[in-house]
Amino acid sequence: MEADTPLRKTSEQKVHVKSNLSWAERIPSKGWLVLSLGTAIIFWTILSFIPSTSRSFPNIIKVTESIGTMIQRGVFWSDIASSLISVLSGFLLGFIISLPVAVLMAWYRPIRLIIEPWIQFIRNIPPLAYVPLVVISAGVGRTPQIIVITIATFLTMSITIYQGVRNIDPTLIKAARVLGAKDRDIFLKVIAPASLPFIMTAIRLGTAIGLTSLIAAESTGASAGLGMRIRALNNTFESSSMLLYIMIIGIIGLIFERLVKLLERRLTGWQEKKEM
Amino acid sequence: MAGKERNVKVKIENLHKTYPSRNGEVTALNGVNLDIMENEFITVVGPSGCGKSTLLNIIAGLEKPTSGKVYCDDQEINGTGTERGVVFQQYALFPWLTVKGNVQFGIHLQGIKGEEADQLAMKYIRMVDLEDFVDHYPKELSGGMKQRVAIARAYAANPSVLLMDEPFGALDAQTRTQLQEELLHTWEKEQKTCFFITHDVDEAIILGQKVVIMSARPGRIKEVVDIPIPYPRNQESKISKEFLEAKNYIWSQVYKEYLEVRK
Repeated sequence: MEADTPLRKTSEQKVHVKSNLSWAERIPSKGWLVLSLGTAIIFWTILSFIPSTSRSFPNIIKVTESIGTMIQRGVFWSDIASSLISVLSGFLLGFIISLPVAVLMAWYRPIRLIIEPWIQFIRNIPPLAYVPLVVISAGVGRTPQIIVITIATFLTMSITIYQGVRNIDPTLIKAARVLGAKDRDIFLKVIAPASLPFIMTAIRLGTAIGLTSLIAAESTGASAGLGMRIRALNNTFESSSMLLYIMIIGIIGLIFERLVKLLERRLTGWQEKKEM
Repeated sequence: MAGKERNVKVKIENLHKTYPSRNGEVTALNGVNLDIMENEFITVVGPSGCGKSTLLNIIAGLEKPTSGKVYCDDQEINGTGTERGVVFQQYALFPWLTVKGNVQFGIHLQGIKGEEADQLAMKYIRMVDLEDFVDHYPKELSGGMKQRVAIARAYAANPSVLLMDEPFGALDAQTRTQLQEELLHTWEKEQKTCFFITHDVDEAIILGQKVVIMSARPGRIKEVVDIPIPYPRNQESKISKEFLEAKNYIWSQVYKEYLEVRK
């Protein structure tokens, strides 16, 4: 017990010193978010005044006004809805295919040795490059959009999940085996829950990839969509609407990320804390 | 205890194990023979790389010997079995399960479900003094508590042989002594055949009825030393004459092996 007192004293001193030094730690994280947003708006405003950048960065008022313009034209909501449908169905399909493929690759060496090089090969090709090929076979409309996003998300997610399954701590499998687990139990009660964190990472990457391949996907002759509209607005040099649409894609990305984080906290809260 | 007639629980016969490596084969075990009696507490010491863990893994059925045989209750060992429980140095708790979930893992695999499984799990959680942490996840526990859960989990599957691979090796000295004492109490109450690997000579003596000294590569048994300290033992046993004598003797033998490795 005696040893406790000096220990406590030093730790108090440390805290004291720290709070003197780092004013940064006294600002709550919400405060930082507001600060970050504020600085961004300031930068944006500066860019809108500089002659050489002002045409690409119309000021915040003009961009806000363009929401009304786009709604009036009757495309605003249908563009958002169309893109969401494409991204979500492409992502969902990619996810459904990547799960069994990842597990098969981790479980059977021959399957991995044959399939993995394909995936690594295609993964480095930008989706925009193979869009024409998809259109030749699938025509125009919703189908090619979903196919492009499915391919892009599948490639990333299958590799992520597969690496996760391969990295499961082998002592956990040993521990299960000595407790009487058979192959089936090991799959359902060890491999499945142990790969959940990697599946969550795959979902996070998958939604992001889905959004970043949106422009490519919607260059397949789509009739609506955020990516398609940005290209169309390019022809009329409507930069405020373009900037608005670009920002909407970013905001959707943030919302996806938030949702995945919520899901992660619920499903994999048991994980040892790793700072991101 | 000592008067009771005992059967051979685990019989190890002329065990060899070699691993392939880049420059030929590495011999981990080179002719190991050992009889482990029923309810005996055997500890194993030896320099690192002497094949202690390989021996334990083969008894557990997690590895196959190159030649030689291991019998448990006169049955040749071929793979893992619930009559042989293992406690690993790295705890190997399932991080997605609570303390109770971990302890119940083996119980559920035996087809025991519901209320009965709950009560059984609680019995072993109480045994290791963790009833206040039933619903905690491993990440919320200290190293010592994690290893207690691992011990409870191994006990709950009700094995007759408990294999422990340096279970306290990663713990600080204080926690280690505490867990040694708890393990002694548990074993004195609920006897099981224990095969306990350690690199700590003090730990080997305070726990074991016999200390097996293994020699450096290629691994074989150098000597089996009887420890005549009576049970129940506690930390005070460490200042008894028998303890110090055993410690001097075993330490000098292990040290010789250690020098052998350095050559």
